Amino acid sequence: MTSYHRSKDRAISISHHSSPLTHHSEMSPFLFWIFAVLTVIFGAAVVLNRNPVASALSLVVSFLGLSALFMSLDAFFVGIIQVLVYAGAVMVLFLFIIMLLDIRAEERRRINWLAAGGGIGVAVILLVQICVVIGHFKVARQPFPSLARSTTDDVWNIGRLLFTNYNLPFQIIGVLVLVATIGVVILSRREPR
Amino acid sequence: MITLGDYLVVSAILFTIGFAGVMLRRNLIIILMSLELMLNAANLSLVAFSRFRVGPGGLPDYNAQVLVFFVITVAAAEVAVGLALLVALYRARQTTDVHDITSLKF
Repeated sequence: MTSYHRSKDRAISISHHSSPLTHHSEMSPFLFWIFAVLTVIFGAAVVLNRNPVASALSLVVSFLGLSALFMSLDAFFVGIIQVLVYAGAVMVLFLFIIMLLDIRAEERRRINWLAAGGGIGVAVILLVQICVVIGHFKVARQPFPSLARSTTDDVWNIGRLLFTNYNLPFQIIGVLVLVATIGVVILSRREPR
Repeated sequence: MITLGDYLVVSAILFTIGFAGVMLRRNLIIILMSLELMLNAANLSLVAFSRFRVGPGGLPDYNAQVLVFFVITVAAAEVAVGLALLVALYRARQTTDVHDITSLKF
């Protein structure tokens, strides 16, 4: 109950220095398409590159574009986490493993065109199916509703949810990360001969 | 005007690229990267739905963003374990190509 009141207090205090009208924080369509195309092109580059280092760097650019898309949806916390975790941690892990194993660009093998065509066919069928579903989904044609104010203190709101409603899953995630850490150490330990 | 459907289509394209990467590529590192792409495509649609479902207080639905937080955490743990498995595999077989691993092949 008290936290609810606090959130209302914060809401009032914040609405002072923002416009009293409802807020359209949407990114301009131009920027949206730039970042969407950037994300998709570099995502495709991850799959198409033969050199794993180039793939890892394309993955980072793709995730930076994705983080911009998150921020265009007023999800600043998720966008920042995306940059920190993926550009900061996961990419370094990938590059470190590529360096450690000294993986070169793969040599060209004879492509099994039947298998490759089957894979591309299944992927295209999946894409067409999702697009048909979205096309029949009438809500998807509406623009986003406007927010009450321009600054959504989403770190505060997500943190409150994490420590109240999602407290147990949060602790379970902690155990999962611990187990993953121990597992990685055990898996990558060199066996005594 | 950008609608919810535009974000969903971008998410679908990204998911399809990741799916095609898992189906087509033979290098295990690239397969792991494609898995990350698929997880992030799901995250994008979750955040889009979160922004679309504005509650009575004029705020987005933060439940979806908490779920995105969990997905990112699990994805990071998954990458760490996957890459450790890759290193162990490389020590045993000197390969990262899935076509060279045929012990379970029928």
